[in-house]
Amino acid sequence: MNERHELPDERARRAHFGRRALAGFAIMLALVLVVAGRFVFLQVFEHADYSTQAKANRVRLKHLPPPRGLIYDRTGRLLADNVPAFRLDVVPDKVEHMDAMLQRLSALVPLTRGDIEQFKQSLDQHRSFEPVPLKFHLTESERDRFAINQWQFPGVSITPYLTRNYPYGPEFAHVVGYVGRIDAQEQRNIDPDRYAGTTHIGKTGLEKQYEALLHGTPGYEVVEVNANQRPLRVLQRVPARPGKNLYLTIDQRLQQAAFEAFDGQTGAAVAIDPRNGDVLAMVTVPTFDPNLFVNGISQADYSALLDNPEKPLLNRTMRGGYPPGSTVKPFIGLGGLELGLRKPSDTVLSTGTWYIPGSSRGYRDDTRYGAGSVDLVQAITRSVNTYFYSLAYQMGIGRFDKWMARFGFGSPTGIDLPGETGGVLPSPEWKRKTFDKPWFPGETVISGIGQGYWMVTPLQMAHALATLAGGGSSHTPHLLAATSDSLDSPKLAHRQPPPVQITHAPADLEAVKQGMLGVVYNPLGTAYAAGIGKGFPYLIAGKTGTAERYSRTSEAYNTNKNLAYLASRHRAWFICYTPANHPQIAIAVVLEHGAWGGSAAAPIARKMLDQWLADTPPSERPPLPVTAVATRTTP
Amino acid sequence: MNALATSLTARAFRIGRRMLSRPRFDLPLAIALLILAAIGLTVLYSASNLDTGVVLGQAARFLIGAALLVAVSRIPPTLLRAWTPWFYVFAVLLLVVVKVLGEGQGANRWLDIGVVRFQPSELMKLAMPMMIAWYLHPRRLPPRWRDILATSVLIALPAFLIFRQPDLGTALLVAASGLFVLFLAGVQWWKIGAALVGLAAAAPVAWHFMHDYQRQRILTFLHPERDPLGSGWHILQSMIAVGSGGWLGKGFNQGSQSKLEFLPEHTTDFIFAVLGEEFGLVGVLVLLALYVFIVGRCLWIAANARDTWSRLVAGAFALAFMVYVIVNGGMVSGILPVVGVPLPLVSYGGTSAITLLTGFGVVMSIHAYRKWTP
Repeated sequence: MNERHELPDERARRAHFGRRALAGFAIMLALVLVVAGRFVFLQVFEHADYSTQAKANRVRLKHLPPPRGLIYDRTGRLLADNVPAFRLDVVPDKVEHMDAMLQRLSALVPLTRGDIEQFKQSLDQHRSFEPVPLKFHLTESERDRFAINQWQFPGVSITPYLTRNYPYGPEFAHVVGYVGRIDAQEQRNIDPDRYAGTTHIGKTGLEKQYEALLHGTPGYEVVEVNANQRPLRVLQRVPARPGKNLYLTIDQRLQQAAFEAFDGQTGAAVAIDPRNGDVLAMVTVPTFDPNLFVNGISQADYSALLDNPEKPLLNRTMRGGYPPGSTVKPFIGLGGLELGLRKPSDTVLSTGTWYIPGSSRGYRDDTRYGAGSVDLVQAITRSVNTYFYSLAYQMGIGRFDKWMARFGFGSPTGIDLPGETGGVLPSPEWKRKTFDKPWFPGETVISGIGQGYWMVTPLQMAHALATLAGGGSSHTPHLLAATSDSLDSPKLAHRQPPPVQITHAPADLEAVKQGMLGVVYNPLGTAYAAGIGKGFPYLIAGKTGTAERYSRTSEAYNTNKNLAYLASRHRAWFICYTPANHPQIAIAVVLEHGAWGGSAAAPIARKMLDQWLADTPPSERPPLPVTAVATRTTP
Repeated sequence: MNALATSLTARAFRIGRRMLSRPRFDLPLAIALLILAAIGLTVLYSASNLDTGVVLGQAARFLIGAALLVAVSRIPPTLLRAWTPWFYVFAVLLLVVVKVLGEGQGANRWLDIGVVRFQPSELMKLAMPMMIAWYLHPRRLPPRWRDILATSVLIALPAFLIFRQPDLGTALLVAASGLFVLFLAGVQWWKIGAALVGLAAAAPVAWHFMHDYQRQRILTFLHPERDPLGSGWHILQSMIAVGSGGWLGKGFNQGSQSKLEFLPEHTTDFIFAVLGEEFGLVGVLVLLALYVFIVGRCLWIAANARDTWSRLVAGAFALAFMVYVIVNGGMVSGILPVVGVPLPLVSYGGTSAITLLTGFGVVMSIHAYRKWTP
């Protein structure tokens, strides 16, 4: 700092301030003159022009919200459409005493506390001269009652709009999802111009996933009005562009058949086409009616859904985690072959109990004295635990996890739905992170039969099975097949990521398939008793699984079948694909509170297969097998 | 009873005589403010479609502001200066509270304390110049580098909090009111020039931190046709309102633009356009002249003030006040982007009016104590 710039005393400070104040004033004055000059320009030189504009300014802008895209199943059945309805709109500026008005209005049109709360919330999100929706989906009598008394309610009007409708209701609640009113959180994240005039937004399922495709582009109307704001004519109209229509991979008939097959039992089923990853059915039971949510669900209905112990709002197909039990055995068996630890013909002696070498702790088979000497095919067919105990132990948990992760266990499949969970593929790292405890060799052993910490979603299971059935080609499961701009414009196929080949050994896959055929057709097979292969023209390859209660005290699963209360905790799995030689559909079914083994879940899968057969025209089916299935009694 | 009444009357007379003989008011400034308030209420009456409720509400706020003005004008500047840091800290805390309470609710500038809602950012418009002046008061002038740095931190903290609300316009204005103190304190011209160049260079960085809607406004300002439905429409309608007013305007309550609600926010941010439409260029120039007079008078009071703090506060307050007018005028006439700055003492709104009147109370106090030393 230069000394001569110092202001030594009060007098100098005052004098310097005076100069600065003057300079500041001069700058401000100059800027004010610029503004004044601008007003002179507008009000004197451009006056004539603006005057005409003001006189002609009898125009108003009106937003035209775009109709939401429609959603179809793979055969063209409409799963989500738009139907005309009426709502009450309020222009806040024109209402003098809002609370008093709402009070009077509720005598004509019943308003719930939820309606009013939501309305007050949205008041903050709108400009005061814009209409704010108060109540959606008026009944005919509400509409009539209000129309007669409308003169008493300045600023309140009936507005026609399109509301979302789900014709199949509960059947697709967890797949298609539902739309609901835009809330404060969403309001902040959306582009206000794109959503001008729009009241609803996708909340769950595909409605949320593909919001950007379904929403469309709003249009607007330039309307001439008289001095009383009555519209006289439309001067200019930029129509809204509707959202894209979605065509799904899902088949409504198969979905419905699966629903009916469950007959209200809690559980889930997923069907996937192994050739391309198309999800053909995705069923979770119980479910709910998505139509309830569109125009605001009542508190009573919502509480009923929340309080239901079977959790109808839970999408079990991708958020329900179940121990996979014996359904993992074909995958592990394949791993043993691929890693070169076993040959298909190698046998293991099952004596009823298996011990880790050098340890006295026993791991049991299902049958007391064991199944004798079994090879891979027999081990899968009869679900022999000992074979897989020793195989898992031989693999070690590191190789075991790496192999199973290839099939997608332990991570989300990447399906085009929001909120998918990845289950648990138990590993030492996972256990340390979750429980801060070390890994025990015994945990590797029981992982080999799908017990322990394992958690798998039905979607993951169907995806893994489809990968196995498709010769090791892993397609990301997906629901969206194609989109179109309108009903007459061509469908554009939705791009899918290329498949990943996770194994290249046809001979190994063949051995596993033989084992799974045995499950269904061999009298010793675990699903033979269910008779699900009977009368079906194609070969079905399957595997049962019962996730049983895992006893932590003995570190072995408890096979005491007499404890009835445990039955309610059992999860019955059945997975299968067909036609075994040219697979076109892979199904995973899980039942909570399942009874024993595949006997409960397998018939559901069979009903789905029957529907699939009925829906697939003969021209699209592979040729029928030459060998009669009835002769396949020996593995 | 009678005796009490007599004594009270006598007391009132004494106080009245003292106030007249030693006026704490600067009469020209007080009269100018009264005229401004009268103009404000008149335009508001028309802009609100002759809603007496709105006008009475605003008048009540003016009365509260006037009471605060009188009260503050009786406090010696030395005392006001001593309170300044507390006032500043209080205002910053309120900004933080608004931020915390408003979490998850979008733009939140309001603090709701039961009966009244107010915007702490408006409070900052007064606290800021007082604080910077407080800091510079005992120090060497012109400010040295480290003082400039310290004051920059004091300016940047609240400005950043307001920017995050998010309210870019108010953040810039609050920052400006602090920077004016530095300017009046005599920061060398070359440093000011360098700072301006630096700011221009930093603009792309600021762009990076802006909210989408803030970017949108600036883009809309540059290309109004980008957004025919949003702020582009506002600017256009505002310009039509002003331009169609002509020399003398369409007359009180005759402005079709605001009556037919083409003009958005016509009681708040765009009320200047209502004035332009109904009272024409003459009305606009009268109003601008009144503002210039008020600012000039405040600067004159500042120049005659007793100490550095008083000078800097009165001067910076005056310059900031003028900037509000310029920014609002530029906005409604379409030469500045839409930033949501009210027209001082004319736009409908409580916190702004009350804070500004309190600020004039500080100026009045500085005026009253120009000759005496406490």
